[in-house]
Amino acid sequence: MKKSVFYGLYILIAILIVLPFFIPNAFYMDLVIRMAINAVIVLGLNLLIGFAGQISLGHAGFLGIGAYASAVLPTHFGWHPLLAMGAGAAVTGLLAALVARPIFKLKGHYLAMATLGLGIIINITIRNEGTWTGGPDGMPVPSLGLFGFDLTSDKHWYWVVALLLSISVWASLNLIDSPFGRALRALHGSEVASQVVGVDIVRYKVAIFVLSAVFASLMGSVTAHYVGFVTPNLADFFHSIELVTMVVIGGMASVYGSIVGAVLLTALPQALATFEGWETVAFGAILMLCMIFMPKGLVPTLAAKFGKGEQ
Amino acid sequence: MLAEFLQFLFSGLTVGATYALAALGFTLIYNASNVINFAQGEFIMLGGMLAVFFTMSGLPLPVALVLAIIVPAIIGVLVEKLAIEPVKGAETVTLIIITIGASLVIRGLVQVWLGKNTHSLPAFSGDEPIHILGATLLPQSLWVLGVTALVVIALWYFFSRTLQGKAMLATSFNRTAAELVGINTGWVLFMSFAMSAALGALGGILVTPITLTSYDVGIMLGLKGFVAAVVGGLGNGLGAVVGGLLVGILEAMGAGYISSSYKDAIPFVLILLILFFMPRGLFGGKSTDRV
Amino acid sequence: MALLDVKDLSIHFGGVKAVQNVSFSIDAGIVYAVIGPNGAGKTTLFNLITGVYKPTSGEIRLDGESIGGKSPNELATRGVARTFQNLQICMNMSAIENVMVGAHLRLDRNLIKAALRLPSLKRRDAEMREEAAELMRFVGLEQFIEARADCMPYGALKRLEIARALAMKPRLIFLDEPAAGLNPKETIEVDHLVRKVADSGVTVVLVEHDMKMVMNLSDRILVLDYGKKLAEGTGAEVRQNPDVIAAYLGAHA
Repeated sequence: MKKSVFYGLYILIAILIVLPFFIPNAFYMDLVIRMAINAVIVLGLNLLIGFAGQISLGHAGFLGIGAYASAVLPTHFGWHPLLAMGAGAAVTGLLAALVARPIFKLKGHYLAMATLGLGIIINITIRNEGTWTGGPDGMPVPSLGLFGFDLTSDKHWYWVVALLLSISVWASLNLIDSPFGRALRALHGSEVASQVVGVDIVRYKVAIFVLSAVFASLMGSVTAHYVGFVTPNLADFFHSIELVTMVVIGGMASVYGSIVGAVLLTALPQALATFEGWETVAFGAILMLCMIFMPKGLVPTLAAKFGKGEQ
Repeated sequence: MLAEFLQFLFSGLTVGATYALAALGFTLIYNASNVINFAQGEFIMLGGMLAVFFTMSGLPLPVALVLAIIVPAIIGVLVEKLAIEPVKGAETVTLIIITIGASLVIRGLVQVWLGKNTHSLPAFSGDEPIHILGATLLPQSLWVLGVTALVVIALWYFFSRTLQGKAMLATSFNRTAAELVGINTGWVLFMSFAMSAALGALGGILVTPITLTSYDVGIMLGLKGFVAAVVGGLGNGLGAVVGGLLVGILEAMGAGYISSSYKDAIPFVLILLILFFMPRGLFGGKSTDRV
Repeated sequence: MALLDVKDLSIHFGGVKAVQNVSFSIDAGIVYAVIGPNGAGKTTLFNLITGVYKPTSGEIRLDGESIGGKSPNELATRGVARTFQNLQICMNMSAIENVMVGAHLRLDRNLIKAALRLPSLKRRDAEMREEAAELMRFVGLEQFIEARADCMPYGALKRLEIARALAMKPRLIFLDEPAAGLNPKETIEVDHLVRKVADSGVTVVLVEHDMKMVMNLSDRILVLDYGKKLAEGTGAEVRQNPDVIAAYLGAHA
C-alpha cells in the first residue's frame, strides 16, 4: 500500500473541520452525526466482511448490547456512563470470543446462519426483558458526562464523533497495511495458502470478529447517549442487513468506501421518508443491483475507472 | 398433563409442517445451485397474502389458492433468472446478499401494494375443533399435515421414479457430470426455484387460517425453515422434513413449558447448539465445504 | 539422520486408497523428486506432509520429531514451505504483499501495535518490503514488484508462489509442478530457478512431469503409481527400473 492512501485521511479531516460551517440547521447536523457514527460501525464490519471475507448477519445484536449497557446500567444501577460503555464492550467482546471459535470453524452459509441466530437471540432477549429494557417501547438513556460537562449540544457531539471517525480511519488504514492485516486479507484470498505460510486462520477470524463486534458495541453506546433513547430496533435483523448493505454499496475491502456507504444509506431513508414502504424495496434493489453490476462497490469501482486504485 | 402435552404437540406439528415445506424449498435450491435462498420466507408470505388478496377480489377459493401458488413460482423463477444467474459462480457472501436483497424487494412491494394489515383466510373445512384425549385439534391442522405428507410423497416419487427428478438429483451430485450426460442444468435450476417457491407458498397458504399473515411474516418463517434445513443436514430432503417437524415441536414445547415470550428464540438457540456440536446436522447431509 | 523421514504413510478417502504404505527419507540439502503418472498420489503425498490432509496411518518425522497430523500453520513454524499445483495466489493483494505474507511468522503480528502504527513495527515492515522485493528479483519478477497480483500472467504467478515460499526462510520446500503450463523457455528458466533455490541451502522436494527437468535437477527420485511406491533411487537407477518402464510405457514387463 502506498503512502497516498493517507491523503484520503487528510482530505476527510479537512472536510470534517469545515463541514460544520456549511450545515444549515439542526436537522442536517443530526443527519451528519448519525452518518459519522454509522461510518465507524461500518468500518469495523468491513474489516470482517471486506478484508477477511467472513460474513456477519448479526452485528446489530452487538450494537444493541452496547446501547442497552449504556441505557440499563446507569439507569438501574447508577453506573458511570463510561464504565457502562466499557462493560458493554467487555461483555460483547467476551460473548463474541466465546461463540467465535465454533462459528469460524464453519463456512459460508453456516457462518451466516450462526451469526444471524446470535443476533436474533440478542434482539429477542432485549424485547422480552421489559423490566430492565422497557421491552418493545425502549427506554431513555441518561446523558453522557465527560470531564465535568454534559454532552448535550449537537455541536459538541459533532466534534466527538468526528474525532472518533478520524481515529478509526487512521487505525484501520494502519491495520490493513501491517502483518496482521495482510494475514487477514491473505486468508480471504486463499485459506490454504495462508495456512501454509503459518497463518492460524481460525485465530485471525476470531480476532477480527471480536474487534468488529467491540467496535459495534462501543458505537452502540455512543448512539444511545447521542439519541438519548434506545429501542430494540437498534438490534434487529433489518438493522444488521442495513449495516451489511452499507459495506457492500460503499465497497468491500475499502476504508473510504465504508464511509461513503454509511453516508449514502443513512441519507436514503430521509430521502424516501415520504414513500412509506419503498425504503425496504430500495434497500433490496440496491443490494441486488450492486452485487450484480458493481460487485466491488462504489468507491473501488470509481477508483478503478479513474485510474487510481485505492491500493 | 397428557392433554397439555398433546396440545403442544399438535400445534408444534402444524407449524413444523410449514417449516418442513420451507426447508424442502431451501434444500431443492441448495442441491441444484449451492445457493441458500434467503428469500425463501417471502414465498411463504406471498402464498398467504396472495391467497387473501385473490379471495377478497372475489375469485372462488380453489382458483385463488392455485393462483397463490403459481404466482410465487413465477416470481421464484424471475429471481433465479434476473439475480442469481448473472452472478454464476460468485462468492457465497455475494449470493447471500443478493437473495437477501430479493427478499427485501418482495416484502417491500407487498407492503406498498397490500398494506401493513394482518389478514386471515377462512379455514378450508370449518373451525369446529376435534377433541382428542382432552386436547383440541383444528381441522385446518389436519389439512396442513395431510397436504404436507402428500407433498413429501409426491416429491419422493418425483425424485426416485421420474426422469426429470433423477436429472435434478444427478445435477446436485455433480453438475459437470450431469451436463456431460446431456442433462440441461439450466432447466434443473429453473425447476428447483419454481418448485421451492411453490412449496413455500403452499405452506404459507395452509397455515394462514391458523397463524394469520401479514407482509412481514416471511423473515421469521423463512429463517426457521433454514434452521430446519440445517438441523436435518443441509441438502438432505428427508432430513429437511424431520428437521422442520422437530423445530416446530421444540418451539411449541418450549413456548408451552418454558416461556412463550422466548418462543422465537428457541429455533436459533437450537441451531447454534447444533452448529457448534454437530455441524453437519442431525442426519449428515453434504459436508461443510472444505479445501 | 535424514531431514524428512516418512514411514508406511497411507490415506484413504472412503474406499479410495490415494496413498498406500509409502516410505522414504530425504537428506538435508538435496533435490528430491516425486514422479508418477497422473493420479499416482503425488499431490496427495504433498498435502499429507504439509498438513493439508491428515494421514489415515503411518508416520512422518521432521528432524526426528513426529509431525504427522499437525496443521499446516504448525508445520510452517518448523520451516516447511510449499507451492501449489493449482495456483493459490491472493488476488485481492499486490504481488509484493503476497511475498510479504510468506514472512508472516517472522514479523510482529500484534494487532494493537499495528493499529497504532508503532515505529518499530513500521521499520521492520519497511525492511521486509525491501527483502520481498529482493526475493522477487531472485525469482525473476523484478518488473512486477509494483504490480497487482490479479494483473500478472500465469507464468509469473508460478514464480510468485516460489518467492512467497522462500520468504518463510524454509528448510524444506515442496514445489508442486512448478513448470506445469509453462512454455519450453519458461520451463528452462524455472529449472534454473529451482537449482538456485537448492544452491541457497534449502532442501527441495519436487513434483514435476517434465522428465528432462526432473532428471537434470534431482539427486534422488521417488516413483509413485496408484498410490504405491514403485521405485526409489538416483535418476539412472530409476530409469532402468523395469517396473517404472512398465508403468510409464503401459506395458507389463
